Formats: sequence, structure tokens, C-alpha cells
Amino acid sequence: MRIKQLLIGMTASVIAVSSYVEMAIADLKFPMLVYRTGAYAPNGIPNADGFVDYYKMINARDGGIGGEKILHPECETGYKTQVGVECYEKNKKDAMVFQPMSTGITYQLIPKATSDGVTIYSTGYGRTSAANGKVFKWVFNAPVTYWDGASIAVRHILKQNLGNIRSKKIALVYHNSAYGKEPIRTLETLAKKHGYKLMLLPVDHPGQEQKATWLKIRKARPDYVLMWGWGVMNQVAIKSAASIKFPMENFIGIWWSGSENDVLPAGQGAHGYKSLTFNAPGTDYQVHKDIKKYVHDKGEASGDGSHFGTVLYNRGLFQAMVQVEAATVAQKIHGTSKITPAMYRDGFENINLSAKRLEELGFKNFAPPFKITCENHGGSGLAAVQQWDAKSKKWNMITEYMYGDSDVVQKLIAEDSSKYATEQKIAERCK
Amino acid sequence: MIYKETGQYKSSYKSDHAIFPLLQDKIAFSTLMFIAFLIVPLVINSYWEKAILVPFLIFSLAAIGLNILTGYCGQVSLGTGGFMAVGAFSTYKIMTSFPDMNIMIIILISGLITAAVGILFGLPSLRIKGFYLAVATLASQFFLVWLFNKVPWFYNYSDTGQITVSERTMFNIPVTGADAPPYATYLFCLVLVVTLSFAAKNLIRSKMGRSWMAIRDMDIAAEIIGVPPLKTKLSAFAISSFYIGVAGALYFAVFLGAIEVTESFDIMTISFPVLFMIIIGGLGSMLGSFLGAAFIVTLPIGLKFLMVDMVGLSAVTAKHFEITIWGLLMIVFLIVEPHGLARLWSIAKEKLRRWPFPY
Repeated sequence: MRIKQLLIGMTASVIAVSSYVEMAIADLKFPMLVYRTGAYAPNGIPNADGFVDYYKMINARDGGIGGEKILHPECETGYKTQVGVECYEKNKKDAMVFQPMSTGITYQLIPKATSDGVTIYSTGYGRTSAANGKVFKWVFNAPVTYWDGASIAVRHILKQNLGNIRSKKIALVYHNSAYGKEPIRTLETLAKKHGYKLMLLPVDHPGQEQKATWLKIRKARPDYVLMWGWGVMNQVAIKSAASIKFPMENFIGIWWSGSENDVLPAGQGAHGYKSLTFNAPGTDYQVHKDIKKYVHDKGEASGDGSHFGTVLYNRGLFQAMVQVEAATVAQKIHGTSKITPAMYRDGFENINLSAKRLEELGFKNFAPPFKITCENHGGSGLAAVQQWDAKSKKWNMITEYMYGDSDVVQKLIAEDSSKYATEQKIAERCK
Repeated sequence: MIYKETGQYKSSYKSDHAIFPLLQDKIAFSTLMFIAFLIVPLVINSYWEKAILVPFLIFSLAAIGLNILTGYCGQVSLGTGGFMAVGAFSTYKIMTSFPDMNIMIIILISGLITAAVGILFGLPSLRIKGFYLAVATLASQFFLVWLFNKVPWFYNYSDTGQITVSERTMFNIPVTGADAPPYATYLFCLVLVVTLSFAAKNLIRSKMGRSWMAIRDMDIAAEIIGVPPLKTKLSAFAISSFYIGVAGALYFAVFLGAIEVTESFDIMTISFPVLFMIIIGGLGSMLGSFLGAAFIVTLPIGLKFLMVDMVGLSAVTAKHFEITIWGLLMIVFLIVEPHGLARLWSIAKEKLRRWPFPY
């Protein structure tokens, strides 16, 4: 009897599985690789919420992009490369763009997506030399790269020291992975140029264990600490810095190490911590009003809706906006609303987010304007410094948006991308 | 009735020593091979390749390797990730140093290099046993991963520490790199896995395999009857590492294509899952290695498919369920069937022998 029931159950499930037919995709598909679980979830969740809310708002307010609804299936990666590959393979059919939200997965997907003809948009992360559109046809990393970021941080330090940092010591606390290692070469090159001493302090995944790192900092007393961290590593680093009484205003994180989740656990100790950013925090923008009206007030907020207006949520909005804008541009260029992945890439390459266009989209003063061309997939290269005010629990922008050291960065990008081009036998485009 | 053995007489030593003594097993195995070699390559797409079949084959190989060491020779090892990393980085170094060498040869050499490293880390096993050995092999896991991250020579001084595969061909068809067609990578792995599995199966049935099992069952008794512990344990470490090294080489060159050592060869991504594979599959069973690998590779994908695509749960809820179900299954398995899936299969065979007249 039991076996019979089991057999019936199995047959039923087999029928159910085989009768499953993939949904016909008539809309524009923007698959999302998210991580709402694991060591990187504290940062993954607000970012993913920003994406989803923006897509939902566009679907509700404008009825999609040029009349085509946005489909945004989520695939949970847990920040794991192997799962990322599975998610990519599962969703790549007719996909417009992938936003891996992980430098490791980005590296993994660059050759695959190039061969499949799918756009990869790694907003301010991933492979820095992908900014060279001549080599990386399908990859975009606008508006700013890690190497810009490293040189902007050094520029900020230079400004504070009136241009002379010859006797200074700068430490880099970094996630011991491809992501964290990205800025090292730039910082080394800049060290030669400006004469500061560089100290490298790796932190292993997931970043809980940093006692030795901060003991070293306590002993060596560097004048500045830069950080390339992500997930739980950020919180631990900021807490540790506070506990050894490191002057917080000399502690500068990359744009992935500067969200509310990172500083709040350290309480008052985090006061004065700085980070780079390429978008503004807060909720005073038209886009937030629209999201409130079309999504949140209808009770359709992604997640619990509590991340509205935080740094990473806003960054998600920005990233989603660029991806949607690429589709709009593509529709304009090709004169059809039903665009293919290849048309979408053309759209991406012709994005021109001027101040006026940003205002139309509801992003006035939200981020500096930028433009993507065939040669330049890296955007403007502008970022600003923001500082945490632990008393009012707010991030404040303390500088204008500034450029990095483009002489150094451009040279490094050209070197690295030409190395990749010879390895992979890619001929340069855009002549 | 399905597994009826009556009437199948063994009239020669050869038939008595066959891997599949029963006709039914022979037919089933031939059919499986026929499907695997001739049908699957025709219908495979990149999702089945990258998400299910290639990882399954690679992890089967790793599980066979660990099973030789842990299941047959009784030496517990948690260093699988480290040894796979040795295979991957050997492949990368040989590949970049000798661009004209055939990829099959590169992968086999990587296996040999891993075997040498395995012997080195197997030396403590002569003095320490059980949990203590597990801790010693754990040290090898951390040491090797640290080494490949720390010394830039291993990743050719690249800025990020990532190693990337370049395109290599077999019979003019690319088997590595992004442009490799799904059937090519699949067949490449399949040929290696089938050949090496037969080799392992026969090794286990040989004198060497019997001495491994003697050491596993009682090492002092084995030594007294003349099984040399040094040679036996080190040979188990060497051969096990060879298999794991080849698996690591395939994992890097054919499956992922770009690897970062700290993430891809982490203890939680490789060492523990492979150990679970042989525990769930069945310690000391070839079939168990395959069943365990299939179970661990497909379970998350299957659960995700069921919960997200069929039932329509959100991706994150499904993930939380998946983690919970995963842990529960693990416990249930160890309580209900501590000898693994392979044991379940042999119980099923017993049942099928008498079916439909159970009594």
C-alpha cells in the first residue's frame, strides 16, 4: 500500500514537472542576481530592494519601458560564484542585462556573456579595465571604477595635507579576494608618485576575524586607513577601528563600505567615518516620491520597505535607472519597443545622462551626469566623499564630486585590457 | 522477479570476477552508458551542462577520490578543497607555461602533481588517526588555499589573484573557455570520469584495494598479517589526491573558467560538501560516490525549481527553506540510513528480487 502511494505521488510529480512550460517572454527581461542570505546579505538586501522598487514603479507609472513591461526574476546567489553561474545560465535567454553585484561573479560572467551576447553592467565594481569599451564590448562599469576610487581617496588625503603626503603612511584594509585586490596596483603606482608608504592588510572571507589586522594598525599607526570591504566585514572593521580609537575622519571606505548598515553597529564610535560615493543618500528626490506613490503606498514595497532612502537602496535605484535608460535609448535608436539583447547593448553604449535627462527621470542632483561611448564604458569617473554623523544618524556629503588621477588610471586600464585582449585574442573595436 | 539471479551460472573465473556479475546490471549499465555517450550530447544545452551535468561529473570524481581515502582506507580527510586547488593551479601554471600542450595531458599531469602533494600531507597519517588526522588535513586545506592566495607566482602576478583559463581544444573542438560547446565539455568530463572510475573500481578489487580495507578495518591486525601501513596509507593518499586533483583541474578549466582560490576552494564550498557526498552516498562504495554527488549537486537546484518555479515562492524564502531542508535531510539521513544511498539501492535490489511476491 505504501509503495503504491509512493508511486502515485512520484508519477503525479513527474507529470507536474513535465507539464511545466516556461512562461512566454514578451516583455523586457532584467534578471536579478541577488543575495538576501549569507554573510553579504546586510548589504545585498537594501540594494536588491532598490532595484525591485524602481522596476515596479516604472511598470506602475509608465506601464513599463515604452509600453513593454519589465520582468525582473530574482535568483538568489548567496554571493557564491557557482550559484551565480547557475542563475546566469537559467536566466540568460532573452535577458537584457545582468547585474551580478559581486566582483567574483562578474569576472566569471565576462567571457560567458561576451560569447552569448548578453550585456553585463557592473556599476562601480567588477573588472576595472572593462572601462575600455574597445576590448570589452558587452561589459559596462560606469559611472566610476575602483581605480578612480583609489585615486580619489588619495586626492582627498592630498587635499587635507595641502598636497604633501611624502611622510605619510596609508594602510589598505581589503577583502582578500579579487574585489579587494583591485585597488592595490593603483595605490602602489600613486605611492611612487606621491611618496607615501603603503601598508597592505588583507582580511579573509567573510571578514568576521580582524583582530590581527587592527592590532597591526595599532602598532604601526598609519596616518590613514582605506578600506575595500563588503558585507559583515565593514561593520567589524568600523567597530574595531572605533575600539582602538583610530581617528575616524582618517578612515575612508570605498563606496561599498559606506552604508548605514556598516556604521550603525559601531554606534557613536563610528562618528566621522568617511566613505566615497557616487550617489546621494536621502529621500528628497522626485523618484522617491514616485516610488512612495506607486509602490509603497500600495503595499507593494520589496522586502519590508525599511531600507527606503538608505545609501545602498538609493544606489540600487541608480543602477536600475541606468539599466532602464539603456532600454529607452535602444528603443529610440532602433525605432521599436521590442528590443533584442543586441539592440539593448547598442542602447547602453549611447547612454547620455545629462543633468537635464537626470532631472526628467526624477534624479535631479542625485548623481553627477555621465555619458557612455564606444571607447569609454567607465562613465565619468566622478565620486565624492561623504561622512557619517552618528548623532543625527545621517550621511553628509562633504566634498564636491571629483575626478581621480586619470593619467595613472587610464594608463593602467590600457595596460590591463590589452593584456586581456591578447590572452583572449580580441580585436579592438571603435576605430 | 526483476532481479532474478536464478539460472545465471558463473562457469569461469572471468565471469566470477566481472564488475557486473548479473545480466540485469550489465544491461542497465550499458543502457546508461549508451544514453550518457550518445543521447545526452545531442540534447544537452548550456543550462544542463553548467548547472547540473558537468558539476555532477566533477564532484563524482572528487567524491571517488575522497571515498578511496576515507571510505576504503579509513583516513578521514577535510583537505579536499586544498587538493582541488592544487589541481586547478597546476593546470593553470602548465597551461600558461606550455601553451601547446594538449589539455588532457595537462589535466593528468595536474593530477600527478596533486598526488605528490597528497603524499606529503599524508605523512602525518602514519602517526595520527581519526579526529586528529581530520584536523591535520584541515590544516592542509587552510595552508594550500593561503599559499595560492599569498604567492603571486601561482597566479602569474595578476592584479586580482584570479586565474583565467584560455581556450584549449581536443580534435579541434574547444573544450575550455567560454566558446566551448556544451556537448564538448560534457563529453570531455564524461570520458575522464568513466575511465578513471573503472580504474578506481579495479584498483579497489586488487591487492592494493584489499590492503586499504584491511588498514581501515583494523590497522594493527593488518600490519601483523603483513600489510605495510606506510606504503598502504601513502598509496591511498596519492591515488585519492590524484582523483581530487583531476577533479580540481576540471573544476577550474572546464567548469568555471575563472577562479579565485579563497572563494572557489573554500572549506564550505568544497571540502564539507564532498565529505557529505560520500557520507550520504555511502562510505566505501563506488556507486555511493556517484549517488552522493548527484544528490548534493541537484538537491539545491531541484528544491529551487520546485519552490520558485512551480510553487512561486520568492527566491529568498525558497533559499531559507532550502537551507532548513538541507540540514533536516542531513540529520534524517544519518538516522534512517547511516550507510547512505548506496545501501538504499541494495535494499531496493533485494526487494526487487522478490517482487511482486514479497513473502
